[in-house]
Amino acid sequence: MIEFNNVKKTFKRTEVLKGLNLKIEKGDRIALVGSNGAGKTTMIRCLLGEYVCEGQVLVNGHDPRHERQLVLKDIGFVPQLPPPLKMPVGQLIHFSASLCNSDPKQMINVVERLGLDFVELKSRPFVKLSGGQKQKILISIALGRDAKILILDEPAANLDPDARHIFFQLLAENKDAVMLISSHRLDEVAALVNRVIEMDQGLVVLDDRVEDEVDLDSILHTEIKIKRVDEAFAKAINLWNFESGDGTHWRGQVAGPDRLRFLGVLSRYAAILKDIHMEEKTGD
Amino acid sequence: MKHLWLTAWADIIESLRAKWFIVYSGVFGGIVVLLFVFGITESRIMGFTGLTRLLITYIQLTIAILPVFVLITTVRSVAGDREAGVFEYLLSLPISLSAWFWGRFLGRFIVVFLPVFLAMVGAVIWAAIKGADIPWALFTSYTGLLLAVAWCFLGIGMLISTLARSSDVAQGLAFVTWLAFLLFMDLILLGIMIREGLPSDTAVAISLINPLQVFRTAAMILFDPQLVILGPSAYVILDMFSETGYIIWAIVYPVLLGTLSAFTGYYLFKKGDLP
Repeated sequence: MIEFNNVKKTFKRTEVLKGLNLKIEKGDRIALVGSNGAGKTTMIRCLLGEYVCEGQVLVNGHDPRHERQLVLKDIGFVPQLPPPLKMPVGQLIHFSASLCNSDPKQMINVVERLGLDFVELKSRPFVKLSGGQKQKILISIALGRDAKILILDEPAANLDPDARHIFFQLLAENKDAVMLISSHRLDEVAALVNRVIEMDQGLVVLDDRVEDEVDLDSILHTEIKIKRVDEAFAKAINLWNFESGDGTHWRGQVAGPDRLRFLGVLSRYAAILKDIHMEEKTGD
Repeated sequence: MKHLWLTAWADIIESLRAKWFIVYSGVFGGIVVLLFVFGITESRIMGFTGLTRLLITYIQLTIAILPVFVLITTVRSVAGDREAGVFEYLLSLPISLSAWFWGRFLGRFIVVFLPVFLAMVGAVIWAAIKGADIPWALFTSYTGLLLAVAWCFLGIGMLISTLARSSDVAQGLAFVTWLAFLLFMDLILLGIMIREGLPSDTAVAISLINPLQVFRTAAMILFDPQLVILGPSAYVILDMFSETGYIIWAIVYPVLLGTLSAFTGYYLFKKGDLP
């Protein structure tokens, strides 16, 4: 479906991609990880046909640089940093939907599923929204169309736990799409993917399959007991919308794909943890 | 075509909400208001009074300010958009590069031309309400000149925005370009060069290819058909072109220069990295 054949990209004298070879097949959900400067963004931009590069990038046999519209009509992209667009949210959605030949209602539906009030937001300039709201709008534009390839750069970084759960549900609904999820940290995206590609200094240094038994739509009913009331713990667990009567016994829900991230948070309070119980309930 | 108009419309909406546009419109609207306030319509120069006098002063001021305004705002916003990730995101949508580039050009042209034109229209409406005569021929010629100035410097601005990768460099380049045009005007370097014995053909050639000088001369010719202010070089210009011929040159040449610059910018944009 996607092929990188000996792709090289040089900026002035710095070679950022050093002969990248990669094949991505239908059904692949890939975590693209690597430190800053590893070449992740450059690779994504070559795939979107935004950079001129040596070698060959093919999407379904088409060159994204020379057959832009043909290739990009199938790609939904969420950048890491939202662009500072001054146009109102409503116009951005209609503009994107018109370019993609999609129904704006589909995008608006995703906006509302992610917990935003479209009627309230539609006349507000995109740039004036909060980081999380911007992220949700861009996700809605990418997922609210019939994209066969999703390229998501740190997509859930600014989302609250509820929105993350909906986001995972939306990804579950797009299971047939190829996903390329770029992140600095594997634990952020591990549960979403079935393949991990690590890049370093412009090359693929790890390409591995991972278990993908996690149901993207699942929910973990979670109970936590801690030894004593702790202010820092309460603050951290409140961000996950957990509730407690006495400050030592907490109850809440964690989205299935978020389990590793959640356990990462708990690990900071390992010394005061007394009991953890997590039980999975699938979305079905 | 649908994508081109969508991009143009998006660029207009983006610009209308930008600070530069507020300042830009304020300056040109403000000039007209100030000209009324300071009683330019009542004063007299070379026999001109009323709206004609106001329009002459307005076009002189506009030709001095508009090029640098268009150049700086274009390169700042276009190169700034690229730096801020607007290109990265919007060019990930399925739009052709020609629709994107020319859509932005068209949208930006409407945005830079309309305030200047509407300020002039405002003056005409006000004069009509007051019962003054409207010099329609002058108004039409000035509209053509303003259109050509805006188009020319927008094209040059788009070329600079493509050449420079950062908004700082783009802004510097735009300023140097404007300064170079400014220096080679009769008031500054060209005048000195003529005094130092520059062949008249060379001086005329420079003044005919420098868009700032072309506009200045054209604005002068509209109220001083013999170009008395310009001195002996007026004979060369009038012999070569005649009054009407020069006005046509002052509109056609800058439009061609702007179009050529924009096409060069588009070619480089298409060949290079987009964001």
